[in-house]
Amino acid sequence: MNALSPMLSPPILSIEAVVKNFRGLRAVDGVSFTVAKGEIVALIGPNGAGKTTVFNMIAGVFAPNDGDILLEGQSLVGLRPDQVCRAGVGRTFQLVKPFGNLSVEENVVVGALRWAADVAEAKRLAREVLEMLGLADKRRLPARSLTLPDRKCLEVARALATRPKLLLLDEVMAGLRPAETDRMVETFQRLNRETGLTIVLIEHVMRAVMALSHRVVVINSGKPVCEGIPAEVVRDPRVLDCYLGEEAV
Amino acid sequence: MSVDLVNQIITGLLTGLVYSLLALGLSVIFGVVRVVNFAHGEMTALAMYGAWALSTYLDLDPLVGMPVVVVVMFAAGYLLQRGLVDSFVGKPEHMQFILMVSLAIIMVNSSLLGFGPDAHGIQVSYGFDTYEVGPLLIDKVRLLAAGASLAISLMLMAFFRLTLMGKAIRACADNLVGAKVIGLDVKRLYAVTFGIGTACVGAAGALLSMLIDVMPPTGPELTLLAFIIVIVGGLGSMTGALLGGMLIGVSEVLAGYFLMPSMKSMFSFAILILVLVLRPQGLLGAKR
Amino acid sequence: MKQRLALLALVAAFALAPLAAGPYLLSVLMLVLTMAYLGQAWNIMMGFAGQLSLGHSLYGGLGAYVAAALFVQFGIPGALGLVAAIAVAVAAGAVIGALGFRFGVKGVYFALLTIAFAEFTRVLFEHIPGLGGPGGLFLPVASRAGVDLLYLRGHPLMFYYLILAMTVGIFLLCRRLLESRLGFYWLAVREDQEAAAALGINVFRAKMWAVMLSAGLTAAGGVFFAFYYNTLFPTQAFGMDRSISIILAPIVGGLGTLFGPILGALILTPLGETITWGTEALGFNAAGLKQLFYGLALLGIVKFLPDGVWPWLRRRLGWDGDEDGSA
Repeated sequence: MNALSPMLSPPILSIEAVVKNFRGLRAVDGVSFTVAKGEIVALIGPNGAGKTTVFNMIAGVFAPNDGDILLEGQSLVGLRPDQVCRAGVGRTFQLVKPFGNLSVEENVVVGALRWAADVAEAKRLAREVLEMLGLADKRRLPARSLTLPDRKCLEVARALATRPKLLLLDEVMAGLRPAETDRMVETFQRLNRETGLTIVLIEHVMRAVMALSHRVVVINSGKPVCEGIPAEVVRDPRVLDCYLGEEAV
Repeated sequence: MSVDLVNQIITGLLTGLVYSLLALGLSVIFGVVRVVNFAHGEMTALAMYGAWALSTYLDLDPLVGMPVVVVVMFAAGYLLQRGLVDSFVGKPEHMQFILMVSLAIIMVNSSLLGFGPDAHGIQVSYGFDTYEVGPLLIDKVRLLAAGASLAISLMLMAFFRLTLMGKAIRACADNLVGAKVIGLDVKRLYAVTFGIGTACVGAAGALLSMLIDVMPPTGPELTLLAFIIVIVGGLGSMTGALLGGMLIGVSEVLAGYFLMPSMKSMFSFAILILVLVLRPQGLLGAKR
Repeated sequence: MKQRLALLALVAAFALAPLAAGPYLLSVLMLVLTMAYLGQAWNIMMGFAGQLSLGHSLYGGLGAYVAAALFVQFGIPGALGLVAAIAVAVAAGAVIGALGFRFGVKGVYFALLTIAFAEFTRVLFEHIPGLGGPGGLFLPVASRAGVDLLYLRGHPLMFYYLILAMTVGIFLLCRRLLESRLGFYWLAVREDQEAAAALGINVFRAKMWAVMLSAGLTAAGGVFFAFYYNTLFPTQAFGMDRSISIILAPIVGGLGTLFGPILGALILTPLGETITWGTEALGFNAAGLKQLFYGLALLGIVKFLPDGVWPWLRRRLGWDGDEDGSA
């Protein structure tokens, strides 16, 4: 795995000094990073570091108070979530949000309709995505009947069905068993390799971060700490400090 | 401003205070149990019939009969929550709506069967007494009803602020999971809350029976009235309900004064629409 | 497949009913069809898109009054009035939807907004000159014979087949909608708006389509009402009771399903008639008794079959996973 080669291509996503305040509390304070096309970047940090807030700003849930977010050079700031999706960003939610009363397949069809010309085409793609993620045999079940790992998987399937250029994964490995984590990691690696999918993930499961990411961005208390390749970052004293510091409190 | 208009406004304020008590009941139930009581006005109409019956057959002044009505309504509300409404807590809104609507249908038609379609009113001996304050005329009945409403409303607020049970009920409203964790008997507290809500209805009904006649359609009208007040004041805000009641009371008389009495509810609904759109949390409600 | 056969049998039974049924039974069947039609129209907004409207009488009333007033005042044929009626109702739906959805009026607050608009309009129509006020608006009837679909005048059987056609039509329309892109969008919005938006769905637009379509179809039902019964009163046409009767069939039958509104109407209308018949046969004819039993029956249904009759029946028949698989 060569961590440097994707850096040479132009950035698909650049986060430029974004700031977000919630009622006087500064949740994100000047975070910047770029993601190159085809790269897998992990965004890590202790709880409350502002990771999900960064995701929500990219996805258009709310706009940053300051700074800019560019997708292939175009600003995403001010777009609604559905517009961000149509611009090519797929996302999953940390607390999964399946369409509970719809079948697994219907859930994915909704995603595929983002680009499919008609429902029949969307159904074909949904079938493919479900096969790839190992959910095909459960496609007729109502989504509410799935177990948590399957729901996480469905969350990913739905986002993938929108055929994103950039996929934002918010703790999709949390709560999975190691074998399931490995399978998920393998799926993303294959997608990345075969389709050039760019991924930004928030993750606490270090096993997944180490295996999957080309580069790691660390933030703490809304501020950037450092970034680099996984093996270096985990040995960085500043990173250890912000995790241990949290534990000492 | 003419004296007549000032008199009208005072009438509106005083009637509005009784409306406030009615709305308080609705607000308390929704704020805690999270069930919208679409049978609120129908319950009020039943309380009005109760006050009328006590006055007609036992010669009890509505102010004296009120405690009886309140106790009966509390018990009815408590049992209703325990026996029926509780299984609908947390269900989708349309289910709760149908539940309450079927209760309302049952209540309206029971009262139709029991009391017939005619209007029932209470004429107390001091019904036509008025106090003269300078050029102003204030009805004694209205003043008494408003005073009683205000006193009960303040007692209710004190109950929720000062007593242990009141605090426990507020805890259920603020943080249901937390309330369960510290071992509060949520089902019982919900039943008590529903009982308190219907007790407010009982008190407001007894007082209203001195001011307006009751007939079967009174119920649905009062339901809508209570809704308007609660939304305008802010669902869950007790001072909001007080303020909303007075506001709607005044707006009703103004609509009657400047337009036509039959258009007064249109005026109230226009206020409701404006509030829902511009300030959905209500005038005094916390931001949702 | 079984469902398709059951549906065909049902339509055939309704179509052939006039051969055997007397005027009373026909009037009951018309009531069933009207309830099914209006229920299906409401179902689009609530059952599919998840937006609770408790003031749907507004759209029916607007439709009825617009077409009736055009006919009474200017002699404009009912079929043309229908177009205006639908346009007015769609506009009203668009205003309410835009206000509610843009300003984030959600859940029970949105439901109350719909009630407020219906009640506001009810009082307004009592005061509009030329519409008869609270005393009612009456449509002249020259003859109850023949078939005049342009003026919507004619034999009761014409109205019977008209409402049958409308009910079948709205059923087919809804089935198509559920298989369409818009249908999927609605279901997604109903289940989770945030997730729907994250998948590229313009939630506002999807909800607007639902409320406008539902309003327009309800208005068509209102026009039918006006020209069949020939009398309109604001308290009835815009009343809360009408709104309640519109939503009962789909809720009792099964919210969001295609068969729910029909089944609900087939249960509720005969139930009401049976109660009337029963109380009269037993010698009771006190005002209110019928409605009292109706209320009790309704209470029983919501208590014991909260998801509606159709999902329960479908499970019992083992038809799960057939068409109409949406919950």
